[in-house]
Amino acid sequence: MIEFRKEFFADERDDNLNEVGKPTRRQDILGHVTGRSPFFDDHLFDGLLHMRCVRSPHHHARIRRIDTAQAEKMPGVVKVLTGRDVPTNLNTLLSLLDFGIDDEPLLSTQKVAYCGEPVAAVIAATEAQARAAVQAVRVDWEVLPHVLDVEEAIKPGAPTVCEVYPQNKFIYHGKYDHQKLRFGDVEAAFATADHIVEGRYQMSPIEQAPIETCGAIAAPEQNDRYVCYTSTQALFFSLGTAAKVLQTPSSRLHFIGGTVGGGFGGKVDSIHEPLAILGAMLTGRPCKYAWDREEEMQVGAPRGAERWYIKDAVGKDGRITARKFIGYFDSGAYTRLSSYAIIKGVGHLPGPYTIPNVYADVYCVYTNRTPATAMRGFGITGVDFAIENHMDKVAETVGMNPIELRILNSYRDGDMKAHRREAKNCALVECCQVVAEKAGVRLSADALAATSLTGGGGERARIPNFTATDQNGRVEGFDTGSYARKTSSGGDRQSQPTRPLQAPPPSAATQQPPVRPAPSTSTPAQPAAPPAPPPPASPSRPASSRPGAMRFSSLSGFRRR
Amino acid sequence: MTTTVQTVATLSEAARAMAQGATFLGGGTIIMRDINAGVAAAQIVRTTDPALNDIRISSDKVTIGAGVTMSQILAHPELAFLHKVARLIGGPQVRNMGTVGGNLFAPHPYGDFAVALLALGAQAVIAGQNGGRPLDDLLRDRSRSPGLVAAVECPRPSAGTFGFVKFSRIKPKGVSVLSVAALLPREGGRIRGARVAWGAMAAGPVRGASAERALEGQTLNPDTIARAAQTAAEGLAPPTDAIATDWYRREVAGVYLKRLLEQMERG
Amino acid sequence: MAKKPVNFTLNGQDRAAFADDGQNLLEFLRRGVGDLSPKYGCGQGACGACTVLIDGETQLSCLVLAETVDGKAVRTASGLAAGALDPLQTAFMEHFSAQCGYCTPGMLMSARALLDHNPRPTRDEVIEAISGNLCRCTGYEPIISAILAVAEGRVRA
Repeated sequence: MIEFRKEFFADERDDNLNEVGKPTRRQDILGHVTGRSPFFDDHLFDGLLHMRCVRSPHHHARIRRIDTAQAEKMPGVVKVLTGRDVPTNLNTLLSLLDFGIDDEPLLSTQKVAYCGEPVAAVIAATEAQARAAVQAVRVDWEVLPHVLDVEEAIKPGAPTVCEVYPQNKFIYHGKYDHQKLRFGDVEAAFATADHIVEGRYQMSPIEQAPIETCGAIAAPEQNDRYVCYTSTQALFFSLGTAAKVLQTPSSRLHFIGGTVGGGFGGKVDSIHEPLAILGAMLTGRPCKYAWDREEEMQVGAPRGAERWYIKDAVGKDGRITARKFIGYFDSGAYTRLSSYAIIKGVGHLPGPYTIPNVYADVYCVYTNRTPATAMRGFGITGVDFAIENHMDKVAETVGMNPIELRILNSYRDGDMKAHRREAKNCALVECCQVVAEKAGVRLSADALAATSLTGGGGERARIPNFTATDQNGRVEGFDTGSYARKTSSGGDRQSQPTRPLQAPPPSAATQQPPVRPAPSTSTPAQPAAPPAPPPPASPSRPASSRPGAMRFSSLSGFRRR
Repeated sequence: MTTTVQTVATLSEAARAMAQGATFLGGGTIIMRDINAGVAAAQIVRTTDPALNDIRISSDKVTIGAGVTMSQILAHPELAFLHKVARLIGGPQVRNMGTVGGNLFAPHPYGDFAVALLALGAQAVIAGQNGGRPLDDLLRDRSRSPGLVAAVECPRPSAGTFGFVKFSRIKPKGVSVLSVAALLPREGGRIRGARVAWGAMAAGPVRGASAERALEGQTLNPDTIARAAQTAAEGLAPPTDAIATDWYRREVAGVYLKRLLEQMERG
Repeated sequence: MAKKPVNFTLNGQDRAAFADDGQNLLEFLRRGVGDLSPKYGCGQGACGACTVLIDGETQLSCLVLAETVDGKAVRTASGLAAGALDPLQTAFMEHFSAQCGYCTPGMLMSARALLDHNPRPTRDEVIEAISGNLCRCTGYEPIISAILAVAEGRVRA
């Protein structure tokens, strides 16, 4: 039951609204209850082909050889794809936002870095035939040592998970192997504190587990285009990724989505669309690539694991005067969205509390686990779990009621936050008061009288006169023009060059030979086709064109006024 | 592996197909899953023989066709002693599909109905063979096909001598962390012929020898219960899976045996 | 691969189609017959998204061999509304019982079977009846409310 507490912030709000605060029907609800909402798999195609991937049984292994000959002869098999068939077989999701270095193949050719990593894709007439043929692909593996723990992964001598980041740490701003936050001087505060409270917190990966598994169906369309029905949560993100990976202008890709059978963040990784479209391009037939439930659980990217160390300086009165974080995000084998999760997370520190000295070193660490991605408030949820547990620990240490402690330390309007933005729209004090009331916790007169509107600003609005800074974790060889970009002399990129798309073997089943997107150095495969526009700017070029790359505006707080 | 399904009219035809290596398809909750995953045997056989769904009740035992579903058991008033067990198998749909015979072969952590039957001292009736085969024997090595199980014969327990507990993390429908069943017949107030069976505490349903020793010849009172609980996990090597570790299962085995025995003590 | 003829009724209509060997009822209904309302969620009987009624009983169509519905009556969510919406459908709309909508067809069939057998269920009976259907969006409470609303006659048909 929703309860509106309209007595709070009444003068800041216009209650004369048409929709807010009133029940309303979902616009798509009639389709849902009649079973007619069109999810990606609810589109029938005659002659639909089914794609399934050959996956690594090892956490970490070099690929010596992939032998698809036997599988290609299996009943119903139309084609077996490997990394050679993928036009740009190296990508990082956030390259579309100029963030990070391409690090992940669509189909791996040289090594695998997590259990379940795909190395080939079988396309067959039925799903059962595709499954059977997957079993017939022979891969010669050279098993490598693996590392599954974030702190083990960054020790000297740990196996390198992802060659782009040899120390198993994402590079921030082209400068540091971690994301820093420095506000004031925590060490000085620790030296004079009444109490030091330390804690270690961690959470496991969490699978989003949508009831609809991730998938896409692609088919050749009129006018040399491909239609793609997809479960993606991020239609234009998936479109951009497919265009890049397939070296195909997005104008040739007709994406249809918007009906998502549960996503929760797990349907942004844009893996299915490029593979399904590639299957349709190379066979000339409709092609479906979808995970079964086991794949969804095993290789579907989860919310990443996190480990946090928190150290607080606390006065006898319960005021927290310094908070220091060392954090490790487990990105798994590739970056996906973890680097961004940390940017979000660090912007959120030290939680909704006004603490005059804050320090954080947060690492995005590569391990031989399933790559992590978005899930509901990712970057925030894990560290909030750590922070709020730690608040309880602080309360216990100083002998205060934990709700009182939170009210005492809460942000008030006008306070300066650690990332140097003014706190606005604060409401934690009021939330705490309502929680106490509901839970039957008696608060002190001071706590009951507190409001978010008063007590902030003034001295609390100042950025500290002195902030202790350092060059710990400084790295060389990366371009500082962006969050992480290797300079042209950086080296590693040349080891996995972009390969042109191979021409398909002639196939009787191909009624309409698909047009190969032309790399800029070659001519289009089908002269009748309109000339392909130049491919999108390759992210492998130096980032000279976008100085001062995007910052993530979700960190700003311009809601009230 | 692509699969061929053969449908035959009689149990004996199905048994013949099985002798030639076919896998029997009952309610589908196990074998169809394997077919969907592409790991089922090449040859599958099923039968439309109505004998598979017979339920026969006599004064001292019940004979339940292997094709009888959990829902059919729940609908049968004479099988009330099995209702608590059947209600804890799967969700409503699985109870409408899953069969008594299939449950004997359900892989870990499934097979809780077989746990109850094992404790009850039931026997399997094999198509084309005379005499029943004790479940103790059949469940010892489930990888070896015993032939086609046509029915299960189960002695009817005297009132208050049989109990069953299933521990799941999710309620009302969840797979077993463990399940435990006990048959405790009394003579002059003392337990004679105690049978305890565990689910999810081994690769399949197993007898709990240590608990049986602690109970045999005793009266069911708090001291006996405490002793049985203490030794509950002795001799058991439970698997580790996504639901629980082997350590956890051993740790809580005694807790759940105690709860079961206390329920039975209260009657 | 032998095709097997299957004659059955789907939502009261006579239907005939061929099933592939080993094909499950979910795939048969969706690709063979064109009823897309039952959904694939797991293929192993864990999620309930493929729930249909066979001769009035809820079953998991992903675990039913398609050819075994020969001669039987199958009901799916696409047939719930006969002319007017089923009261359950109306209640699901009013109670916000669907967000993504993917579990909804299966959930509705479990609810329909419950009310067909037990028109005035208790809250616990409702929870038990939908325990084989996973929903990842709603937290179940709006679904339970909708079913109880129908049971208690609080929904206009």
